[in-house]
Amino acid sequence: MASAQRPLSPHLQIYKPQLTSVLSIAHRMTGVILSGGAVALVFWLLALASGPNAFELAQAIAGSWFGYLCLFVWSFCLFYHLANGIRHMVWDMGYGFEIPQVYVSGWIVVGASVALTILAWIVGLYGLGR
Amino acid sequence: MAEFTLPANSKVTEGKTHKAPAGTKRVATFRIYRWESESGANPRLDTFEIDRDQCAPMVLDALIKIKTEIDTTLAFRRSCREGICGSCSMNIDGTNTLACLKPIDDVKGTVDVYPLPHLPVVKDLVPDLSVPYAQYTSIKPWLQTESAPPPDAERLQSPEERARLDGLWECVLCFCCTTSCPSYWWNGDRYLGPAILLQAYRWIADSRDEATGERLDALEDPFRLYRCHTIMNCTRTCPKSLNPAKAIAEIKKLMVARR
Repeated sequence: MASAQRPLSPHLQIYKPQLTSVLSIAHRMTGVILSGGAVALVFWLLALASGPNAFELAQAIAGSWFGYLCLFVWSFCLFYHLANGIRHMVWDMGYGFEIPQVYVSGWIVVGASVALTILAWIVGLYGLGR
Repeated sequence: MAEFTLPANSKVTEGKTHKAPAGTKRVATFRIYRWESESGANPRLDTFEIDRDQCAPMVLDALIKIKTEIDTTLAFRRSCREGICGSCSMNIDGTNTLACLKPIDDVKGTVDVYPLPHLPVVKDLVPDLSVPYAQYTSIKPWLQTESAPPPDAERLQSPEERARLDGLWECVLCFCCTTSCPSYWWNGDRYLGPAILLQAYRWIADSRDEATGERLDALEDPFRLYRCHTIMNCTRTCPKSLNPAKAIAEIKKLMVARR
């Protein structure tokens, strides 16, 4: 019988989500979201270069609730991608491959990205003034 | 390419239920993936209830009991029943492992049993492993030498050189790791996968082997080696507690070191 007619055994549908795979796909997703953020940053810089009217509009969009939401998501993605990127660099040097180490470093990345996001927003909102 | 859903002929439907005998005190419930080529029907999940007090501890014991007492058409691979042969690899309770090493009582509630993920199914829990085996052949898993062997002795290793093979030679090629890897799911036709790369490193790390350069040349490829994104599902799932991800990282390091 031709193998094309054989069913494919279930994969994503049945494989248990684990810290290993969840953080890995999160790394990729945050990378994609950050690419969108980079485009937005370019628009903001273009507005800055185009003169006071355009810049005022860009600031108004960034300062709206939707702008804040986007900035919040982007800031978390930035810190997660940064922290997990460092974790990947340590792996690339050959360290931290035992499963208990993988779980410790994974939870550190999650904790660090949450903490850095909150810290950045505290500094941004209250430390630097609006 | 990544296909996140199953093809139409692979969607799983609800199957038959085999109730436990009346008066069973401790019932263990198994939901098992079934498919055979002759009916032309889609795969289904059959439910089997067994008397836990009349069954030995491992999932493989339950499968043998089901095959013997309830449904003789249930197909699965097994041989040594002690984690040495690597035949009874399958997906149990959401992760890949050897059925003979997985205690039934480790699973809370119903025990879901599927074949190894993202492979063509031959029958029930028996997947087609032709591609991984062909990939194994491709890495030339034997000692390659150019120098003449010593006339009066074997090719000897120091205890330290021999120790470098620990954690590599124990692999039983059950492919639990390879079929737990999302990267292998999406690119299994070109990416070698963790089991084969661990084997490749087993020969690269062997002090007696003289083809290290050629072996690295053969792996220097965007797909064969570098589809590994250090997801770590492989090491997480290995029933022999080996570390394929670490072996792959060592190969990547050697690639950089020889530039």
